[in-house]
Amino acid sequence: MAIASNKAAAQSGSARRETEVPPDLTKDQEIAAFRDMLLIRRFEEKAGQLYGMGLIGGFCHLYIGQEAVVVGMQMSLKAGDQVITGYRDHGHMLACGMESRGVMAELTGRRGGYSKGKGGSMHMFSVEKSFYGGHGIVGAQVPLGTGLAFANKYRGNDNVSLTYFGDGAANQGQVYESFNMAKLWNLPVIYIIENNQYGMGTAVARASATTTLATRGSAHGIPGESVDGMDVRAVKAVGEKAVKWCRDGNGPIILEMMTYRYRGHSMSDPAKYRTKEEVDKYRTERDPIEQVRARLLAKKLSSDEALKKIDTEVRAIVNDAAEFATNDAEPDASELYTDVYA
Amino acid sequence: MAELTYRDAVARGIAQEMERDPDVVFLGEDVAGAGGVFKATVGLLDKFGPLRVRDTPISEQAILGAAMGAAMTGLKPIAEIMFSDFFAVCFDYIANEFPKSRYMSNGQLKCPLVVRTGNGAGSRFGAQHSQSVENWCMMIPGLKVVAPSNPRDVIGLMAAAVRDPDPVIFFEHKSLYATKGEVPDGEIVDRLGTATIARPGKDATILALALMVPRALAAAEKLKSEHGIDCEVVDVRSLVPLDTQTILGSVARTHRMFTVEENPRLCGWGAELASIVADEAFYDLDGPIVRITTPHIPLPAADLLEDIALPSVERIVDRVNKSMNA
Ligand SMILES: Cc1ncc(C[n+]2csc(CCOP(=O)(O)OP(=O)(O)O)c2C)c(N)n1
Ligand SMILES: [Mg+2]
Repeated sequence: MAIASNKAAAQSGSARRETEVPPDLTKDQEIAAFRDMLLIRRFEEKAGQLYGMGLIGGFCHLYIGQEAVVVGMQMSLKAGDQVITGYRDHGHMLACGMESRGVMAELTGRRGGYSKGKGGSMHMFSVEKSFYGGHGIVGAQVPLGTGLAFANKYRGNDNVSLTYFGDGAANQGQVYESFNMAKLWNLPVIYIIENNQYGMGTAVARASATTTLATRGSAHGIPGESVDGMDVRAVKAVGEKAVKWCRDGNGPIILEMMTYRYRGHSMSDPAKYRTKEEVDKYRTERDPIEQVRARLLAKKLSSDEALKKIDTEVRAIVNDAAEFATNDAEPDASELYTDVYA
Repeated sequence: MAELTYRDAVARGIAQEMERDPDVVFLGEDVAGAGGVFKATVGLLDKFGPLRVRDTPISEQAILGAAMGAAMTGLKPIAEIMFSDFFAVCFDYIANEFPKSRYMSNGQLKCPLVVRTGNGAGSRFGAQHSQSVENWCMMIPGLKVVAPSNPRDVIGLMAAAVRDPDPVIFFEHKSLYATKGEVPDGEIVDRLGTATIARPGKDATILALALMVPRALAAAEKLKSEHGIDCEVVDVRSLVPLDTQTILGSVARTHRMFTVEENPRLCGWGAELASIVADEAFYDLDGPIVRITTPHIPLPAADLLEDIALPSVERIVDRVNKSMNA
């Protein structure tokens, strides 16, 4: 993954996706990926239900369809590596090991939520799990993730910063200020562009003059690669390469994850700007969880019953979280004034 | 007369001006194809076509900068910044470019543009999508700032803003989009720098803006029926220019002044109005000026907390009643 190959790598991105089969995962890895992705899927389905019941207010951006991206990347990390993203953050938090209860209770605005209900769906954090948010301003997390990488470099550890943002966010000016500084200072940051093909109601081609976002770092000498973000194997494989690239002191790198969100931009978006066929095609042919299920069954690494059992366990976690988030007390009025200042 | 939502009034106000003046163009994120994230600009793309009604990338600096670039040549852009919180992302144009161009260029450069934006709380969007930031703009010499509270004013002030030769920041309140009001047929053109007396009264003046106007009106009803206090509610509407005549006139009649402000307390718009009244009408006052505001805190997402953060009808009634009886 030499810098010089940046352009070629990105341009051949789509061809690469079709021809190269990513390396197999071990049985344990496949099952872990299945479980982790399913947890996000079921959590988000439940969040959607609670929103429909009026238990969640404000915005609620679901991650359904994109699970392979965050789960595959997380498989390539080690303790101390940081994650930061925008408002579509529930999946990232669960993948970082944050508790379903605390995340769900934040959505319902209860005191057991990660921010005691003061943050809401878009703004949650767990420093313990190296998850730095949860940011509502599109693109704001990109300089912040760059700063996380700066701190790693300053401290001389070999941790990396995973800085996630969307295809729409890729048109924000601060992204390019960050790219330049990250390369100039050779910072260990992986910029992960989750290209789910829409920013709100706007398709990438309607918002971006060039649509291969992996090349967006080329002016700064940052290599990039487009990856099949629906295939957790591909994500993990490229994630490991990128993490090594950063740990070895090569500076920033861009991964463009080609993915798809099944639901509207947020719960209030009926998504009329795309066809049902387009969505169905992804669901039936590319679904990240079904891909793993199919492989596990085809290779006889698992059975229908065993996978059902995992689903039952996952549903139990999610139901427990929903129950907690429904019955937990609302925050005390005095919380309005806490944590405004130290 | 027709009953119109505040949301539909936005589209009608923009359409009125685009029909009249081919130099008016409209741009913003998801404003054309999708009709706006708050559905306040539905139909404009169909009516005026993609040359004049433009979806942009998520690039607030480019949106405002390009609007100003076009305005310097005489076009009259209306630019949308989806949430007023995002002003912070493109504040250079709001603070350094729009308001200073005329001054620094010996009057050569003109900046006849309008920035419209969804402002304010009430939707549980949390700290980065709920702020009331009229005061961020009010403090900058060279900007004009309006914040309508009802559909008729949306149309009239939009027309005034578009026709004004200076940059105007147009605050729409997110929690008002669904509200309705009577709107006359035909062209509506209002004037910047005019407040209206939304409810006449003789005992105290309550100055309010945007979402706080209906709350002040509801509080005034209660104050009258439950406490016998007859409040005059002034819809300030335009912070810059400010209608000091109407405000000072009201205070001179009632001898008491209250503000109801959604912004956090420090340096809220009401502080400036209090200062003006203290300077110019101190001897008209029979009691202290009282500001009823959101506390000096970021806004919480949880519904219960958001509700108690903002000035409520009950809080307004309580503060006014206590102060009038102190
Ligand atoms: C600075 C700023 N501009 C606009 C918005 C409104 N907004 C929120 S999400 C979004 C679309 C972002 O799309 P993308 O980056 O592709 O992420 P996705 O939602 O697809 O995950 C927009 C325009 C915002 N929150 N912040
Ligand atoms: Mg997107």
